[in-house]
Amino acid sequence: MRPILLQGHERSLTQIKYNKDGDLLFSTAKDHVVCAWYSVNGERVGTYKGHVGALWTVDVDPATTLLATGSADNTIRIWDVRTGKQLKMWEFPTAVKRVEFSEDGTLLLAVTEQRMGHLGTVVVFPITVDLEAEQVDEPNFTITFRESKATVAAWSYLNKYIITGHEDGRVSQYDGKTGELIRDVQAHELDMQITDIQMAPDRTYFITCSKDKTAKILDVNELKVMKTYVTDTPLNTAALTPKKDFVILGGGQEARDVTTTSQRQGKFEARFYHKIFEDEIGRVKGHFGPLNTIAVHPQGVGYASGGEDGYVRVHHFDKPYFDFAYEVEKMKG
Amino acid sequence: MAPRREDEHEDDEEIDFTDLRERYEVQLDEGLDTFVVVDGCPKVPADSRPKLIKLDTNTTEGYAFVEYNTPDQALLACKQLNGMALDRKHTVSINKLTDIEHFGREGRIKEEYVEPEIEPFAEQEHLRSWLSDINSRDQFIMYRSENVGVFWNKKKDVPEPVIDRAGWTESFVQWSPQGTFLTSVHGQGVQLWGGASWKRIMRFAHPIVNLVDFSPNEKYLVTWSNKPISIPENPPPNFPLGPDEDGKSFIIWDIKTGNLLRSFTSVEVTGDRDAELFEKSRKKVSWPVFKWSSDDKYVARVVPEQSIQVFETPSMLLLGKKAIKIEGVVDFEWSPSIPTAEKGKKEPEQLLCYWTPEMNNQTARVGLMSIPSKEIIRTRNLVNVSDCKLHWQSEGKYLCVKVDRHTKTKKSMYTSLEFFRVKEKNIPVEIVELKQVVINFAWEPKGDRFVFITVDEAIQGAQVAPKTSVHFYAPEKIKNGVGEFCLVKTVEKKNSNAIYWSPKGRFALIATVHSQQSFDLEFWDFDFEGEKQKQDKASKNKDLAANLMLMGTSEHYGLTDVEWDPTGRYVATSASMWKHAMENGYHLWDFKGYLLREEHIDKFKQFLWRPRPPTMLSKEEQKQIRKNLREYSKQFDEEDQFEADVANKEVLEARKRQLDEWRAWRARIEKEVRWERVDLGLPEDPEEALREAAGEEEDKVVEEIIEEVISEHEEEIA
Repeated sequence: MRPILLQGHERSLTQIKYNKDGDLLFSTAKDHVVCAWYSVNGERVGTYKGHVGALWTVDVDPATTLLATGSADNTIRIWDVRTGKQLKMWEFPTAVKRVEFSEDGTLLLAVTEQRMGHLGTVVVFPITVDLEAEQVDEPNFTITFRESKATVAAWSYLNKYIITGHEDGRVSQYDGKTGELIRDVQAHELDMQITDIQMAPDRTYFITCSKDKTAKILDVNELKVMKTYVTDTPLNTAALTPKKDFVILGGGQEARDVTTTSQRQGKFEARFYHKIFEDEIGRVKGHFGPLNTIAVHPQGVGYASGGEDGYVRVHHFDKPYFDFAYEVEKMKG
Repeated sequence: MAPRREDEHEDDEEIDFTDLRERYEVQLDEGLDTFVVVDGCPKVPADSRPKLIKLDTNTTEGYAFVEYNTPDQALLACKQLNGMALDRKHTVSINKLTDIEHFGREGRIKEEYVEPEIEPFAEQEHLRSWLSDINSRDQFIMYRSENVGVFWNKKKDVPEPVIDRAGWTESFVQWSPQGTFLTSVHGQGVQLWGGASWKRIMRFAHPIVNLVDFSPNEKYLVTWSNKPISIPENPPPNFPLGPDEDGKSFIIWDIKTGNLLRSFTSVEVTGDRDAELFEKSRKKVSWPVFKWSSDDKYVARVVPEQSIQVFETPSMLLLGKKAIKIEGVVDFEWSPSIPTAEKGKKEPEQLLCYWTPEMNNQTARVGLMSIPSKEIIRTRNLVNVSDCKLHWQSEGKYLCVKVDRHTKTKKSMYTSLEFFRVKEKNIPVEIVELKQVVINFAWEPKGDRFVFITVDEAIQGAQVAPKTSVHFYAPEKIKNGVGEFCLVKTVEKKNSNAIYWSPKGRFALIATVHSQQSFDLEFWDFDFEGEKQKQDKASKNKDLAANLMLMGTSEHYGLTDVEWDPTGRYVATSASMWKHAMENGYHLWDFKGYLLREEHIDKFKQFLWRPRPPTMLSKEEQKQIRKNLREYSKQFDEEDQFEADVANKEVLEARKRQLDEWRAWRARIEKEVRWERVDLGLPEDPEEALREAAGEEEDKVVEEIIEEVISEHEEEIA
């Protein structure tokens, strides 16, 4: 498995996303540029320029028509994927940490930062998936967090719920139409920030990871912790693999501590765990800084990781990856 | 301001000072403070009275009153003369008269003798219960973060916890030499734990204790603090130490009773005489300071340049009432052999060796002294000595004196090893001369082979540390006794700096510890059961009692400590956060160097195997077991196999269950989602519509190769 190294960013990566077909890859970093790449060979398709702050987040709608980005310049911008033209911009009092389109692409949620007297929020905008359409200015509703701010959020299947992960390690479930709080669980260790949340392809369950060095799978309806993956390093990102029952976790020594330790110590590896048996089954080395974000190809044929070191590494799985199975999995019935 | 001050004065009058007054009230001189009572004087008939009066007293009732000039003198007399032996039969006890008044006042002591009540016998836990483990496994302790846990060694598998306590110790933990007690160290003192329930066995109060040492048979305990004990002027009622301990740094305790036997101040090297030496001794505390004879009968310490103080247990009095004067003495070591009384002698004699450096036109000297007779049975003079280290073989058969010497110009250093064959007649000495400096030496436990490491001369200004060489020695095979020590093999250009012999001998682990660059581990076998290895360095016509073989090499990144288990089957290497913060944790190896287990644990501090007491089997019984080892091993292999099978089966079943559960849940949730979609009037499968549109086509890969000429130019090659 030889990775393709994408050297398009000058600063640490913050998020990467495949489009639904898996042929394109979008990446954001703390420099002010959004990049689009061909996932098959790592050639850069183009960039989306306009943001004037570090970029935190990116998402593309299911039809690969619109691209949404959130930035520390306190804006969300909608772009034409094909031309790179900016279509819409919403401004906020604070930075935008996470954006995500709903399953059908008609809604967009965004997590805004808590800062300077402004509380953290999740805002939900209706989206018209049409390059010509004028997007509305006002959100459908806003969820405000009085206690612990949300760091990540995602849509459930059929836009039923918004699931949020919080700075204090809680996971909450909000009504997708009204924004009312329904459920609340302390999924991770208290006051250990949840760093990533990624939905399964059918959005019936999701994986969260935290600075408490664990990743967990919860179902969207009951918020029941179904699986727990224990590692030896603070985690920044966790992804689920379609086709095979694995999860990929990434993290490493805190960025500010990296200079004080050797690369060997940093644990800058992508770790593969078996989704059902919770065993570690492999690691992929390469980055020389913590892994900030991992995205898996929607068809499960590869994955990409973005690191604090400013590189994206795109991997295509080899045959042994697909052949790997536990004895019990090989047994029929 | 002024008027207000007056007001304040008025307020002062009203403050209640009674508590302060009580506290600081001066004890009125009762006039008896200058008197002491001497008890235990000889009862003599009238005609011997004049003799006794010489000893400060004039009654024959067995006690005497002595008046001193000041209460301070009286106090000093109590402190210094109490317990003094007048002669063989009489030991006087001296107390202040006021104390006797105070404690012995009427009513305090009952007139009638009341038989003390004997407490009913309560069964105590067996302190060695861990030895009766059905699988004879060994225990070890792990101290990581704030937790101290005792575990059973499960080889490859997760260690089985016995007990795990948070905050069990404040600085470190230590096993007693035979594994009976676990020592925890706290700001207030030391605690011993043991038995099946791991309850507290004993407490020893020593404020800000730094180090702990046991006598070999776990009878006595030495505690040391670098801060002399200071007794507060008005000690709280439960303060554990008395005024005798004021200013002391060492305390020797009886473990069984928990009683304080004696306390000592540390020996200060006289500062002005040799400032350099003074500094040296301040910096380096070579522990243990108090060294025990192998039978716990004596404990001794060196007063540098002056004498060796040998104390008898349990009285803790100086042997023969005075220290053994040896001018210039630097260090000494007890022979570890178990002493046996010779015929016709009451007390068994045991050996200690010491060395003195060159001084006053006298050569340096190594001496062997017999205790308690204090007879010097062998000395050897040495020249050009910089330093000596004394290494006893574990049975006391040999003594190796590592002599670091300098050339006459004092420009370069080299080492010679002087071997005293203590058990042979007249104690012959054998010498191994080397060109380099030996940095580490180790005897094979219960054997007569040894390994040492020499270091090449450092290259001036070089960044890298000088290379080391590892030398393996064994005696020549001769008919009777043990032949000359001969070199078996030298391995050059290494970084190794530490030697760890298996506690049962034969196997040695050569390691590089506390290094930034190198983390080598080499597992050597001295009795390889195969073809005789050619030893390049060994003389061809000599038959050596060794067949040396390198069994395995490995690495442990960040290695700081190495510990063999007491059976010599496993060895644990660990990286402790006390030394650095990189990849803390431990590795477990078998004696061949095969890695059984590795675990990275944040804030890992200590890994310690629980020692075992010496075996109770006779030599014949041990031989019998060794003879039938094959049969036993068959049985053990079967047990291991069975355990592995059961474990495998369990894992398999657990996995199957997990898989079934997951699949069942998926089936259920998928169905639910489909229904919900239908309810909303959406197609059942969201992908269906898309797939139909795409027409079930496989992905097509279109590859286009575009050749582009960037530049072209011709060049003529002459």
